[in-house]
Amino acid sequence: MNSQLFDTDNIDIAWCPGCGNFSILNALKQALAELGIKPEELVLVSGIGQAAKIPHYFKTHVFNGLHGRALPPATAIKAVNPDLTVIAESGDGDMYGEGGNHLLHAIRRNPDITTIVHNNMVYGLTKGQASPTSQIGFRTPVQVKGVFENPFNPLAMAISMDASFVARVFAGDIAQTVEMFKKAISHKGYALVDVLQPCVSYNKVNTYQWFKEHTYYLEDSHDPLDRLKAFEKALEMEKFPLGVFYLNPSKKTFEENSGVYQENKIPLSRRKTERKEKLKALIHSKK
Amino acid sequence: MNKFKDDISIVLCGEAGQGIQTVERILTHVLKLSGFNVFATKEYMSRIRGGSNSTEIRVSSKKVSSLAQRIDILIPLSKSAIEHVKRRISPYTIIIGEKENIPEGFPVEKYRVIDVAFSKMASDIGGRVYSNIIGAGVISGLFKVKEEILRDYLKQHFSKKSEDIIQRNIEAVKKGYEIAEDLLNTERIEFDLQRDPRIRDEILINGAEAVGLGALAGGCNFISSYPMSPSTGVLVFLSQQMNDFEVLAEQAEDEISAINMAIGAWYAGGRAMVTTSGGGFSLMIEGLSLAGMLETPVVIHLAQRPGPATGLPTRTEQADLDLALYAGHGEFPRIILAPGKLEDGFYLTQRAFNLADKYQVPVFVLTDQYFIDSYYNIPALEVDKTTIDSHIIKTDKNYQRYRLTENGISPRGIPGHGEGLVVVDSDEHDEEGHITEDLELRTQMVNKRLKKLESIKKEVLAPELIGNKNYKNLVIGWGSTYHVVKESLEGLKREDTSFLHFKQVYPLHPETERFLQKTEKAILVENNATAQLGKLIKLNTGLEIENKILKYNGLAFTVEEVRSNLEKYL
Repeated sequence: MNSQLFDTDNIDIAWCPGCGNFSILNALKQALAELGIKPEELVLVSGIGQAAKIPHYFKTHVFNGLHGRALPPATAIKAVNPDLTVIAESGDGDMYGEGGNHLLHAIRRNPDITTIVHNNMVYGLTKGQASPTSQIGFRTPVQVKGVFENPFNPLAMAISMDASFVARVFAGDIAQTVEMFKKAISHKGYALVDVLQPCVSYNKVNTYQWFKEHTYYLEDSHDPLDRLKAFEKALEMEKFPLGVFYLNPSKKTFEENSGVYQENKIPLSRRKTERKEKLKALIHSKK
Repeated sequence: MNKFKDDISIVLCGEAGQGIQTVERILTHVLKLSGFNVFATKEYMSRIRGGSNSTEIRVSSKKVSSLAQRIDILIPLSKSAIEHVKRRISPYTIIIGEKENIPEGFPVEKYRVIDVAFSKMASDIGGRVYSNIIGAGVISGLFKVKEEILRDYLKQHFSKKSEDIIQRNIEAVKKGYEIAEDLLNTERIEFDLQRDPRIRDEILINGAEAVGLGALAGGCNFISSYPMSPSTGVLVFLSQQMNDFEVLAEQAEDEISAINMAIGAWYAGGRAMVTTSGGGFSLMIEGLSLAGMLETPVVIHLAQRPGPATGLPTRTEQADLDLALYAGHGEFPRIILAPGKLEDGFYLTQRAFNLADKYQVPVFVLTDQYFIDSYYNIPALEVDKTTIDSHIIKTDKNYQRYRLTENGISPRGIPGHGEGLVVVDSDEHDEEGHITEDLELRTQMVNKRLKKLESIKKEVLAPELIGNKNYKNLVIGWGSTYHVVKESLEGLKREDTSFLHFKQVYPLHPETERFLQKTEKAILVENNATAQLGKLIKLNTGLEIENKILKYNGLAFTVEEVRSNLEKYL
C-alpha cells in the first residue's frame, strides 16, 4: 500500500523547517501503509503541542484533544470500537509532563493502543522552556541556572510497571523508525515508543549530531523478555540505547478485561442491545 | 400511653460500623412489603467507624417523601446518640434503648424512656452485632409486620452467610418481636396506621438507583469515574449491571481522565457518563470545555455536597448550580437538569442521554447527597415511556464533522461507520475538523455552536406548578427540595399559596417571568447561602426575589423548618 494514502491536500504545516517531526510523520505513514492499515480504520489521538499537530497532516480519523489528555480518550475509543487501530501521539511535555498520571495508568490498563512520544527534551510551542526529559544543566529563559531536576526516564518507568511493549528510536534513522512503528502497532497490548528527536529552534544542545553520538542500537543478543536486563539498559543515560527494550506478550488487554467482550465480540459502538425487558426485570427486583 | 397516628418518624442513631444502614434497608423493605408508605434518609459523618450517624425512617398512611424534624421513636445505639439528635427530641419522643446509652444527667423523668437491654440480649444470642437486628425486630413487631416477612427478607439478605449466622439473626428477630409484643400488650405504645396492599407492588429505591436506572434507560454503555461521596452510588450501581446490560465501567485514575474517557467513548459511538461531586467536577472543567468545543455529547451526574474544597464530604447542599452553569473556559451551550422526585432521577437521566446526543452538548444531572441517599416507595418506573434516541449518521466520502448548518447542529458521524473521516479538534477548526486560524471562520464556528441553544430552548421542561393557578404567593424551589416544600405547603393549607418547582434549571423555561409577574409575593427556598437559582432568575427575567429561605449547614430542610419559615413570610 502506498503511504500517500494518508497525505492531505492544501495543508499549512506549522512545523519549523528541518524539524524532526517531518521524519516521524513520514515514517508513521510508511509504517501504516506497509501494515496495510487504511485511513478509515485508524484513529490518531493527540494532545497539544507541536508534535500533537501531527494528526492534522494525516488523512484519517482524528481526535485532537487537550494538553496531556490523549491517553484517556484513546483508551476509551479502542474500548468502544476495538476494530479501530488507535495511536496516541504527542510530545514529551504532553505525555511525560502534563499527562504523566495518565501514562502510568494507561500502562496499568494495557489497552491495545500505541503511544508515540516525540521526545526533543524541550518545550517548543511555548518557546524553549525545559521539558521533563531535559538534561541536567540545560539552560532556558526559565531555567536560568540550568535544569537541576533529574530527567524523567520513560523507559525505566514503563519497564518497572511491566508495560507490554517498550522501545526507543531516533528520528534521524527513518528506516529503523518505520520498523519500530510497525512492531509497536502490530503488538497486542499497550506499546510505548519514545522517539528521540532534535528541536532545531530551541534545543541547541541535543542536536542531530549530538543524538548520533549519544545513541547506539541494542545488541542482537538483547532479550526483550528479560525484564531486569531491559531495566538495566533503560538506566543507561550516557549513551541512549535504541531498539525494543522490553516485551510482555502475555498480558490481557484492557478491552479483554473490560467485561463487555467476553461473550460478545461486536464492538460496543455497533451493538443494538434490546434492554427494555431486562430493565423492567431490574426495576421489578426493587419491589 | 403513646398513640401514634398516620405518620411516624423513627430515628436510629449510632456509630459508623454498627450496621444502621443494614437496619434501614431491612426495615424500609419489610414495612413496604407490609403495605406501609416508607421514607428513609441518612446523615452521616465522614468516617468508616465511630462518630454519630443517624437514619430517619418515616412510616405513614399517606405517601411521605421528605425529612421530618420531629422524632416519635428514637433507638439510640451508642452513648453519643441522644446528644447527636437532642434538638429533635421532644417530650413526646419515645426512647427505646439500654441504660448505658442514656447519657449521665439526661432527665429521664421528663422523657419516655423504655429500657431494653439490647446489648445483653445480643450477647446472649452470639454477639453485640445482633443488637441492630433486635432493634429491627422491635420496630417490625410494633408495626405488626408478619414475622415471616422479616425472616424471609433476612434469609435473602444474608444468603451468602453461614446457616449459623442466619439462625442467630432469626433469633434476634424473635427477641425483638417479644419486646414489641410486651410494649403493645402493656399498652405503652399504640399505632394507628392504614395499610394499602397496592404499596407492596411499588418499588423502593434511592436517588443513586434512580439515576443509574435512568442511565440504563438512556442507553448508557460506558461510565468512567473516580469515587467521591455522594456520587459514588451511581458508579457502583452501573458497575454491577456490567454483565446484564453490557456496560463498560472503569474507575479512572482521576476525574480528568474520567471525563476525557467519556468524551472519547462518545466520539467512538458509545453513550457515556461520569458521576462526580464538586471537587471532582472542578477537575473535569477543562474536559467540559473540550466537550463544548468538540461538540461531543457527554452526560455529567453532579451530586452536590457542601464546599468549598473538601467542605463537608458526607453532607448536602445545592450550591453548585453556579459551578455547573459557568464551568469551562470559552462560550458554549449546555443543559442542566435537576431532579426533584425519584421518578425525575430516572426520566431526566434517561432524557439527558438523548439531549446530549441530539444537541452534541454536555448535559448535567444535578443532584445532591440528600437526593442520592433518600429512599421511598414509588410506583414502578415506566420503561415503555423511555427511548434511546441515537442521532449518529452513516458518513459518506465527503463527510465534514463541523458542516455549517442552519440550526448549528452538524450531523455526527463516528469512525468506522460509513466512508467518511471523523476529525475533531480542541483547537478552533474548519468544517472538516482541522485546526484553523481563519478568524472569519472562527466567528462562524462560535455562532454555530451557540446557535444550538435556540433549539435547546424549544424543548425546555416547564416548571411544575403545585397548587392553585390563581395564587397570591409563590414559593420557588428546584431539585431535591421538591417533596419537602410540597409537604410543608400541604400542612399550611393556604389556598392562595402555590409552589413552582424547576427540574430544568438551565436554560430556564421562557414562562418563568410570567409565573413571577402573577404573584404578589415570591419566596425562594434553596439549600445554599447565596440563592443561586434566584440569581439565575434575576439574570433571565430582571426580577429579584427578596424573600429567601436558605439553609447551608450541611443538612437538608425538614418539613417543620420550611413550614415555620414560610409562615413568617405568609
